[in-house]
Amino acid sequence: MSSTHPDGPIPANAVEVSGVSRVFPRRQGRDVVALDDVHLTVAEGEFVSLIGPSGCGKSTLLRIIADLDAPSAGSLSVFGKSSRQARLDQDYGIAFQQAGLLPWRTVAANVGLPLEIHRVDKGARRQRVGELLEMVGLTDFAKSYPDELSGGMQQRVAIARALAESPRLLLMDEPFGALDEITRERMQTELVRICSETGAAVVFVTHSIPEAVFLSDRVVVMTPRPGKIIEIVDSGPDTGERRDDDFRDAAGFFHTVARVRELLHGSPAAAALSAARGVENR
Amino acid sequence: MTLADGGTAPLRFKPFHDSRLTTLLAPAALGVLMVAAWQLAVDSFDIQPFIVPSPHAIFDQLVESRASVWEGIRGTGRNALYGLLIGAAVGIVAALLSHASRIIDLMSVPVVAALSVVPIVALAPVLYTMFGAAANTARVIVAAITVIIPVYFNTLRGLRQVKPVHRELMTVYAASPVQVARAVTLPTAAPYVFTGLRIASSLAVIAALIAEYFGGPVDGLGKAITTSASSSNYPLAWAYVFGSILLGLAFYLVTLLVELRVSRHGPAT
Repeated sequence: MSSTHPDGPIPANAVEVSGVSRVFPRRQGRDVVALDDVHLTVAEGEFVSLIGPSGCGKSTLLRIIADLDAPSAGSLSVFGKSSRQARLDQDYGIAFQQAGLLPWRTVAANVGLPLEIHRVDKGARRQRVGELLEMVGLTDFAKSYPDELSGGMQQRVAIARALAESPRLLLMDEPFGALDEITRERMQTELVRICSETGAAVVFVTHSIPEAVFLSDRVVVMTPRPGKIIEIVDSGPDTGERRDDDFRDAAGFFHTVARVRELLHGSPAAAALSAARGVENR
Repeated sequence: MTLADGGTAPLRFKPFHDSRLTTLLAPAALGVLMVAAWQLAVDSFDIQPFIVPSPHAIFDQLVESRASVWEGIRGTGRNALYGLLIGAAVGIVAALLSHASRIIDLMSVPVVAALSVVPIVALAPVLYTMFGAAANTARVIVAAITVIIPVYFNTLRGLRQVKPVHRELMTVYAASPVQVARAVTLPTAAPYVFTGLRIASSLAVIAALIAEYFGGPVDGLGKAITTSASSSNYPLAWAYVFGSILLGLAFYLVTLLVELRVSRHGPAT
């Protein structure tokens, strides 16, 4: 790899995954191969989606990057460090499908939780929480409790919490999976804005094709049993265009959606058929 | 930048005065009716006080000997309170240990379960001989053992309710065990602990009172009930029974209010 550079240290990639496999041993029957020889590089500031049917190992891959799970084989680095060191150094923020807010804490206290655990002093914490709540548009709800918020608002609190320590990498495991379509599209637009403001790299797990295509610089298409990457598709608006709601109507968007769908369904004919039926059209 | 997603207004917690009023009024009305019927029955059928005295007679005795009823409430209440505090402390610590160590868990759960089928008050006479009949120690111990059981099981259950997503979040934050306990485990368990305490609170009063029937010093409601019944002062005995109802109710209500406060923001996603 090009890890030697004549002009001093080159910036490490956000994530480098090489030859990672994950096998879940079972006492009876064959072992489950969740990931098989996966190679993936995520550059600094890049938005990469992992997409595929259930069981394709996309969440497993994300959990391995987050050091919530360990690979059975292969190696990976996060900002040039081991994933464990990156976790201990708080190099990434994470959001799950469940918002996972602490119900006995106010919105502000939930957002401030990671800062509190890492002993950021009270004044700095309050200021940062204020900034984050403004970023996700929930300033008026700072004193509310999670059970007083809608699902979309809870998820925004979770995203603010993930961004609390200004991580350069954001890991998101189907964060909009439980939201309705309208809220979901709004949240996607929000996420694009937040990412451009923070400049963080994102690894985003989803099973929605339009969501992956709309958000990502690259869409990693995966297949199950065993979990593998079939292809990595470049995505995004034409040069000079912005990634906004107009992009959802652009020809390039539909083209990429069709391409990803084709890869997921195996053949162009099957893809066309399911498109005509409106199946998997989200 | 503000945006309301889906336009759904946030759910505010509804104050429950209106419903609370009806839930209070309905049983209160029934109570008044029953007392009236009781008085009417005693008057019209000329029922003797040793069978059942009239509410009026009981009330007279209650007013007349309010000082000694209050004295009894304080005596039994003190024992019940000490028992509740000691039992709660032991139950919570034991549950924490069980939760922290699999071996302690395997050892203690069956023991506490076995304890729960032992009629604890039956130990009272033995304990009086152990600690002396002049001391309240035996009563406090009986109340404490009774309290340990529900507090232990409820706390243990609460400690096991920690959601995987919260646990993973703490792993992500590289939080220390103490931080995990303070931020997630204890707040998750708290509502369960207080449910255990609410159940235990009335048990503590009952245990402390019944233990008095088996001996010990003469400063409690239980002793007062037996003494006045054996001296044929039935309305007074009933007045002490009324006092013990008040005491049990007070314990229950205080723990209930604490529980409601603690579990206000229940499990969300």
